[in-house]
Amino acid sequence: MELRLDIPEREKFIKMKGKHHKKEFICNTDSVAGSVSQRACVYSGARVVLNPIEDAVHLVHGPIGCASYTWDIRGSLSSGSELFRNSFSSDLKESDVIFGGEEKLSKCIDEIYEKYKPKLIFVYSTCIAGVIGDDIKAVCKESSKKYNIYVVPVESSGFIGNKAAGYKAACNSLLELIKEFPVLKKEPLSINYMGDFNLAGEAWIIKGYLNQMGLKVNTIFTGDSNFESLKKSTASSLNIVQCAGSMTYLAKKFEETFGIPYMKVSFLGIEDTSNSLRKIAAFFNDKDVMLKTEKLIEEKTKMAKPIIEKYKRYLKGKKAAIFVGGGFKAISLIKQFRELGIDVVVIGTQNGQKDEYEKIEEIADYGTVILDDANPSELEKFMVEKGADILAGGVKERFLSYKMGIAFIDHNHDRKHPLSGYEGAINFAEEVYTTACSPVWKYVKDGVDKYV
Amino acid sequence: MYETYKNVNENPCNMCMPLGGIIAFRGIEKSMVLLHGSQGCATYMRRHIAEHYHEPIDVASSSLNEKGTVYGGEKNLIKALDNVIKVYNPNCIGILTTCLAETIGEDIDRIKSEYKASRNISIPIITVPTPGYGGTHSEGFVKTSYRIVEELLTNKERHDRINVIVPNISTADLREIKRLLELMKIPYILFPDYSDTLDSPFNFPYKKIPDGGTKISDIMSMGGSIATIEIGINYEETPGKYLQDRFDVPLYKVPIPIGLRNTDRFLKLLNEITGNPIPKSIEMERGRLLDGMIDSHKYNFEGRCTIFGDPEMVYSVFTTCMENGIHPLLIATGSKAQRLKELIAGENNPLDDDITIVDETDFSRILKLSEEKEVNIAIGPSDGKYLTEKGGIPLVRLGFPILDRVGGQRILSVGYTGTLNFLDRITNTLLENKYKTYRKDMYEKYYKAM
Repeated sequence: MELRLDIPEREKFIKMKGKHHKKEFICNTDSVAGSVSQRACVYSGARVVLNPIEDAVHLVHGPIGCASYTWDIRGSLSSGSELFRNSFSSDLKESDVIFGGEEKLSKCIDEIYEKYKPKLIFVYSTCIAGVIGDDIKAVCKESSKKYNIYVVPVESSGFIGNKAAGYKAACNSLLELIKEFPVLKKEPLSINYMGDFNLAGEAWIIKGYLNQMGLKVNTIFTGDSNFESLKKSTASSLNIVQCAGSMTYLAKKFEETFGIPYMKVSFLGIEDTSNSLRKIAAFFNDKDVMLKTEKLIEEKTKMAKPIIEKYKRYLKGKKAAIFVGGGFKAISLIKQFRELGIDVVVIGTQNGQKDEYEKIEEIADYGTVILDDANPSELEKFMVEKGADILAGGVKERFLSYKMGIAFIDHNHDRKHPLSGYEGAINFAEEVYTTACSPVWKYVKDGVDKYV
Repeated sequence: MYETYKNVNENPCNMCMPLGGIIAFRGIEKSMVLLHGSQGCATYMRRHIAEHYHEPIDVASSSLNEKGTVYGGEKNLIKALDNVIKVYNPNCIGILTTCLAETIGEDIDRIKSEYKASRNISIPIITVPTPGYGGTHSEGFVKTSYRIVEELLTNKERHDRINVIVPNISTADLREIKRLLELMKIPYILFPDYSDTLDSPFNFPYKKIPDGGTKISDIMSMGGSIATIEIGINYEETPGKYLQDRFDVPLYKVPIPIGLRNTDRFLKLLNEITGNPIPKSIEMERGRLLDGMIDSHKYNFEGRCTIFGDPEMVYSVFTTCMENGIHPLLIATGSKAQRLKELIAGENNPLDDDITIVDETDFSRILKLSEEKEVNIAIGPSDGKYLTEKGGIPLVRLGFPILDRVGGQRILSVGYTGTLNFLDRITNTLLENKYKTYRKDMYEKYYKAM
């Protein structure tokens, strides 16, 4: 199979397992102009990371679009405040672009404080705020002082990089905020859970496991978190990182700043979940924790395995393509598809890192196509050539998949069922079955005999 | 009566200009859109449009990075044009600017001209300045339609067709308008016709650019049509006006034909312009609508309504409510809507409803006013789910975008048949809500309290 593309510049972003490539594989760089990249922007990266902090006000300093397209964007669930589900914008207009928007921003914060009295406001920079040179930091500082609350700037101007730069900006804002709080004494069996945004209650599932293992979860970054819970994060003895793309940076900073070590974990699929729980238990090296962990794994596996085996009977031998945001998630998905007897033939990510792509290549089957920052036309080409039956991806990929007559798994922000842990593994299997074995595909036929 | 100017927008009731531009360009056959700006804009708008239409929406971006922002984005734009042509081989390319491109002052017309000359490219490349801060998606749609007509119109040669220019209405509505034109045996050019491109049938093999759209040759000859019927009343700088000013094509502006009067007006106008009679079958549809209006008039009288969304849609929903005894108490739009305000203020108000109109507004204000006015039904796009969640106000979904239901693109509301569909949806929502608590309410009111 040829890896030749209409846009030759894109060829260096693509490789095939087992095939020798003349050019070096490139990732984590600017998108090729006009390639119809599926990537979002810096601001979006920052917003999705911070948005689940539920009693904070999320104020976008920019033109209306940025706030409009991200209103209530992530299906994060909250056990407390719902304030985060609003989208606030300084709604910059032409005159603000010409004369500057600092004053308007300051007034916006006044109005928000007046109405909601929040303890925490995140102010996101956008392309325009950046390019007109508004001093957001100064405005935030002044407002913080004025109301004695935390008004935290997020440096997320869209053009400074890609979504990953936004994750970093969000982590920096979180770190700056946490540094302002008193550093707490370490609690021995306690943990921060990073990189879970509590989509459809995923963080609750994992928190439940950790509690059953005898561990205390101080802070989740950022699913179902709030101002008070963020304050507790420095008391933890370990950070575990699920969404590696967005939160590894924060975990590293926590290690540097507060001396809290971190480990990467994954709770997608039975195999990864069990391995991760064992890894966490081993870290604490506590007999009671280890025993409880083994008990939990045994019980949950016993519950989930037979259900997954049932679906596997229908799914064995099918072929899947993956196109998701981060590399670590893609790696987990490969394993999860394998648990169902499904081979992965195309793997792509929007923002995967070099080491993640190396790992992907290591575990992928021979002939698997691996692509960074893929576009619809490449996804279409390789899904057809490799005969994919299922695609796992985000909202934009869903309609491409359906239009091609290919089943689809929603690995996006607003999914309505959790995919984490054992419960999530069952949901995943069920979803794959639901889409791959739907009767509708029977009618999706080509040619003159298509009339049934 | 309501809070005055505020700086912060809390839960936006509108999107930005380029989004409307993308939809308008989708109405040209085999066209492709390129946003000149940072990558995120294209992705967000694609996601929004895709979720409404349930269609793949490919929109390219010049993906401006820091360097492009500081030193100019010409190189990115040229590369993007090259790549779009290579992959999509379109018959027409639309370049929409974004906030970023406008703020750094990109001269896209010069870049385009030099590009076309240097690459020897003959397909039209149409530039539209659509800074997000310059207006809403509604304005973006109109401005883009204007620019397309302005750029493509060359042919003055007279012919017997009429132009029908549409605002952002559903694909089902577009098809209904075409059906009515065909029933009246009127040759027409519908522009921009995205009824197939944004609601394309399943078919093998997959096409990167779906079939359909107004043919470029048709757009070119809109200057020779016998008349233009432009659906939309709120905007002045419209393609219809351009056709009238530059090509002497008589212009007739009408509201979206939702409601009895608006549909009458549309069909009567067609009849007056062409002399073609309104056929019996359409008359039957009108009779059925009237019959339905009578059937549900008492239920409808209980409706206390908030109407929000694009100005054009809001106006026709308003008049439909007025003719059915549904009390339109709050009319709201995120766009600037001076003309809409005047028209609503000028409307005969036989039920003496206390009608409030707000433009350039947000959902926090819409909710507040709706609660003050004790509204019991809202009509508009799906972001109005906020009114349901926070205020318990049931929502009849209509317009763009509808992100939380399937079939938003197929909602039929124009013409007599569409109006009746729409009216039934309103009435049934009122009934559903009433019956939900009816027994309990009566018990509380007349048994316990007496």
